[in-house]
Amino acid sequence: MTAALALGDDALVLSHRLGEWAGHAPVLEEEVALANIALDLLGQARLLLSLAGDEDELAYLREERAFRNVQLVEQPNGDFAHTIARQLYFSVHQQGLYEQLAAGDGAFAGIAAKAVKEVAYHRDHAEQWTLRLGDGTDESHERIQRAVDALWRFTGELFQPVEGVDVDWQALHSHWLEAVTTVLERATLTVPSGPQSGAWTAGAGRQGIHTEPFGRMIAEMQHLHRSHPGASW
Amino acid sequence: MSSSTDWPLWEVFVRSRRGLSHTHAGSLHAPDAEMALRNARDLYTRRSEGISLWVVPSSQITASSPDEKDTFFEPAGDKPYRHPTFYEIPDGVKHL
Repeated sequence: MTAALALGDDALVLSHRLGEWAGHAPVLEEEVALANIALDLLGQARLLLSLAGDEDELAYLREERAFRNVQLVEQPNGDFAHTIARQLYFSVHQQGLYEQLAAGDGAFAGIAAKAVKEVAYHRDHAEQWTLRLGDGTDESHERIQRAVDALWRFTGELFQPVEGVDVDWQALHSHWLEAVTTVLERATLTVPSGPQSGAWTAGAGRQGIHTEPFGRMIAEMQHLHRSHPGASW
Repeated sequence: MSSSTDWPLWEVFVRSRRGLSHTHAGSLHAPDAEMALRNARDLYTRRSEGISLWVVPSSQITASSPDEKDTFFEPAGDKPYRHPTFYEIPDGVKHL
């Protein structure tokens, strides 16, 4: 069930990152929006991880090396622009992926069909903010450009085929590139030109190789469960 | 933190799926109408399907003045011909 873990971990980890914004978003309304997206993703994670085993055990008792999420979703929130750039890259990808899965008849068709509407909203939210930040003040433009550039090298991994996920990865990549390019250009931003993955990410998240901030994130996420193993809540 | 001038106040009107008219649901801050709609969706509709949302900048609403309420709203109760109470409503007319 590597496939369920890969998709479930993507949603779980990004949900946790977005949860960190609670109480810290730029305005109250935006905080509610980010929390909403986090809750959607957590719901997806629960369905997907349940396919692979016990959702709590999988979320709280696995070591870092057993997580199968892409490295993009584990990147720290940074400033608001950084969070939005991460959302843009991931939600455009997730929408393309879930649309293909929902159209097929694989194990994930039902979950994808349910989630694809949520994901379309996540993408819309990220696009709206990319446009406003890119085409906003000089400072917001500079910050979102920096974020878009910094996260670019994590995007190649999104299109690395996952065993058991039956989609056209090539088509997924070309649609993603087209959609992201359109939004970035409308937002007066420069589409990054560097490689979409680096030599140092060769192992990458899908194989359980994660970036340094991820260990601290799961330490915080798993702390309570590990302190009181077997407790019901 | 944004100042309140960057993020003006918007009034939100919601029509529920089976609702007949838009009802004032509350207000929120947003930088523009598009974001106001999205915020209203998250805050006031919980994303139920088949509903309609209106957002209006609060500054665009003109309210009646409480000071003029007597001349404005005093009902002409002693003039029954002002009230449409002499019609029989046929069966089958709903929502009147």
